[in-house]
Amino acid sequence: MTQSVVVQVGQCGNQVGCRFWDLALREHAAVNKKGIYDEALSSFFRNVDTRSAGDGPGIYKGKICSLKARALLIDMEEGVVNEILQGPLRDVFDSKQLITDVSGSGNNWAVGHKVYGCQYQENIVEKLRKTAEHCDCLQCFFVIHSMGGGTGSGLGTFVLNLLEDEFPEVYRFVTAVYPSGEDDVITSPYNSVLAMKELNEHADCVLPIENESLFDIVNKIHQMMNSGKLGSTVKPNSLVTSSAGITKAVQEKPFDAMNNIVANLLLNLTSSARFEGSLNMDLNEISMNLVPFPRLHYLVSSLTPLYTLADVNVPSRRLDQMFSDAFSRDHQLIQADPKHSLYLACALLVRGNVQVSDLRRNIERLKPSLHFVSWNQEGWKTGLCSVPPVGHSHSLLALANNTCVKPTFMELRDRFMRLYKKKAKRCFLSQMNYVRCQQKR
Amino acid sequence: MSLVTVQLGQCGNQIGREVFNAICSDVHGTHGLCSKKENESYHDACKERFFIEAESGVPVARAVLVDMEPKVISQTLSIAAKSGYWKYDDHSHFCQKQGSGNNWANGYTVHGPRHKEAIMNLVQKEAEKCDRLGGFFTIMSMAGGTGSGLGAFVTQCLRDAFPSSFILNHVIWPYGTGEVIVQNYNSVLTLSHLYQSSDALLVHENDVIHKICAQLMHMKQISFKDVNQVIAHQLGSVFQPTYTAEDGIHYSRNPLGDLMETLVPHPEFKMLGLRNIPQMPENSLAYSTFSWPGLIKHLRQMLIANAKMEEGIDWQVQPPRPGSSVPSSHSTNKLLHFNTSIANLVILRGKDTHSADLGSFRDPSLYTSWLNPQDAFSAWKTPRAFNKYEKSASLVSNSQFLLKPLDNVVRKAWNMFASKAYVHQYTKYGIEEEDFLDSFTALEQVISSYTIL
Repeated sequence: MTQSVVVQVGQCGNQVGCRFWDLALREHAAVNKKGIYDEALSSFFRNVDTRSAGDGPGIYKGKICSLKARALLIDMEEGVVNEILQGPLRDVFDSKQLITDVSGSGNNWAVGHKVYGCQYQENIVEKLRKTAEHCDCLQCFFVIHSMGGGTGSGLGTFVLNLLEDEFPEVYRFVTAVYPSGEDDVITSPYNSVLAMKELNEHADCVLPIENESLFDIVNKIHQMMNSGKLGSTVKPNSLVTSSAGITKAVQEKPFDAMNNIVANLLLNLTSSARFEGSLNMDLNEISMNLVPFPRLHYLVSSLTPLYTLADVNVPSRRLDQMFSDAFSRDHQLIQADPKHSLYLACALLVRGNVQVSDLRRNIERLKPSLHFVSWNQEGWKTGLCSVPPVGHSHSLLALANNTCVKPTFMELRDRFMRLYKKKAKRCFLSQMNYVRCQQKR
Repeated sequence: MSLVTVQLGQCGNQIGREVFNAICSDVHGTHGLCSKKENESYHDACKERFFIEAESGVPVARAVLVDMEPKVISQTLSIAAKSGYWKYDDHSHFCQKQGSGNNWANGYTVHGPRHKEAIMNLVQKEAEKCDRLGGFFTIMSMAGGTGSGLGAFVTQCLRDAFPSSFILNHVIWPYGTGEVIVQNYNSVLTLSHLYQSSDALLVHENDVIHKICAQLMHMKQISFKDVNQVIAHQLGSVFQPTYTAEDGIHYSRNPLGDLMETLVPHPEFKMLGLRNIPQMPENSLAYSTFSWPGLIKHLRQMLIANAKMEEGIDWQVQPPRPGSSVPSSHSTNKLLHFNTSIANLVILRGKDTHSADLGSFRDPSLYTSWLNPQDAFSAWKTPRAFNKYEKSASLVSNSQFLLKPLDNVVRKAWNMFASKAYVHQYTKYGIEEEDFLDSFTALEQVISSYTIL
């Protein structure tokens, strides 16, 4: 079994990451009844004996002592990380996994990338090496950051560079949160475009996420719950937006519901690598099948179902509905409509009690309404994992390499050009070569 | 003589487990429908062929399990052991951590050479446990990375290490509408390489078996386990002991050798298709009766019309009449649909096989002109019924069965290759465009050879 390391950079990255670890613990707790440290757990967690001084040696078999996340938390201001360390997850991280500073990056990509990059390079490399040493067979780095800020986008992409240099054999999957149109950070177009260049060249796969889409999904669930029709029959744990231990919505922080969606995305992505199934789909297979040309590695993702009704008699029509939803505009995690654009490749990862005949039936049913590129008319990659996510009997993650990402990127470029033409805030790029800027267009 | 099975990749291991299950449950079943003595010698022949007697009394399968990630092998080992009837040797498996990522090049050029020694050591050990080695039976899929890429490499190693042993590759043809996006590339590379080192390729198509499950077995929700069980039943019907000589006293001891001898007269023609009838849900068996003439007639028409299963056979297709005049376009069409064979093997299991008349299979119009019909057709029989079917008939055929699927795969792969999509993933591991072109050329050659039969 392979291990993966999560590198969470910046405020957004750390908040999403925090939700990820919370839900990962919940998922493993639901599956692992005997408290034995097994291979599935080892993909994201180390088992450490904390009684011994210092960094306890890893325990590879036997009962779970103390689980430590395979993670690196990086932020150039302390607020977010401190909050995590004081919250319920404080025992999952240790101080050696953190890199923090005090003053932040001021929403400036150049500060994050150039200034803090240089300053912390050695420290980052050392901590990455340590984390990698604890892994038997390191397969993938998951980097989570936002594109609009300074630390996440600047330092985050710097770390991406480092990962490529230091660990060229290990896959780099980036979950990047793109700024929405009404983003309050004025320099976000600059930051995003500069970060995009790095992602183009150094990431193996990028899963772009837009806050607007997450927000819409959260709203949809609230509306459904409050409409009174179905609200009372929804299983509490089954919302794609629900956190692990929290029972009242009041205790949740504002972005938690949206971040939970992204956390669930990552869990579903890695589920077939961690748990058994009749048709396994590992992370290297995702990269192999969904990236036909090296630079075209942006994957539009969608998760269904968003909730489960408590009614146990789930007829097969619900299953088919799950497949249809995965291709609908509302369920995509970026503002895009894949059905009306061109597919280069599509992957369906199904979890739970779904068989190959259900999969085939739905592919046959949906194929006519989707446009695939001429050289890949039957471009489907499928995976079946037997273990469903918590609170569901089955779920589907759809990853599409689709031209519908174009509008998102074009809009970003337009916003960049508007600022650039007005020479707005150019002084903030003082650390950078203007020539490099020209190349971005 | 004993057969060593090499199970490669997720598909290979999952199917392999079902095959040994099917063989075991057939042997232990009470539906032999023959004399006790017959049953016992069947039992002994089967045991010798597939299992080793262990001290614990539980037979140990003669198999080597190979996969590049651990989940499937550990599942396979534990399920087998739980059955109580048989198990795998605890040491006879090899796995790694990271899988091949559906990348043929990764399986062939990276994992292959890296793990060659370890894998071949395991194979050597199994081979040495056999009193007489009858050959190797490898099970793999074409679509993935390990089964296909590493499988092709391992087959080559087997050929190098055991130059005079028979090697039969059991190959799973993936669903047409994608299980893996690069499956056509992987398939083309696998087939072209296997053709060089293997003696014969026995093919099962996922689409066909799926249809059998849906239409003949009436299954509503079909899982891979169901598909694998049908495949295992069909394989068992070929490889369980039979008498090859007309008035055989002893069960044949060299199944692979006999198979190759009858079916593969020429190295250019190695693609074997398999048909097995009847196939029905278990609870219908009690209400059905079969007759040899009926079964043989259906099987023959399935051969001629290239039908994949017993339903929907096209009874209009007939072999060309000898001495007919220049065919008009209408009859040319018929000729195109007609499936020409090089050689056929029919295996009959069950009551009264001696009364079964196979003369219709010896009709010269079914075959090409190179071999006498006597040489082109063979029959194996046993009075012992197989796996609860009172009478069952199987056909292993070297004919144009697989021409269309092969053509489809090559065409789709070429279509993708023309736009160079995904090629960078293969060149990353050392499979260059020239290697692709070589594979395409080799398969085009096979296609044209089969077309002009």
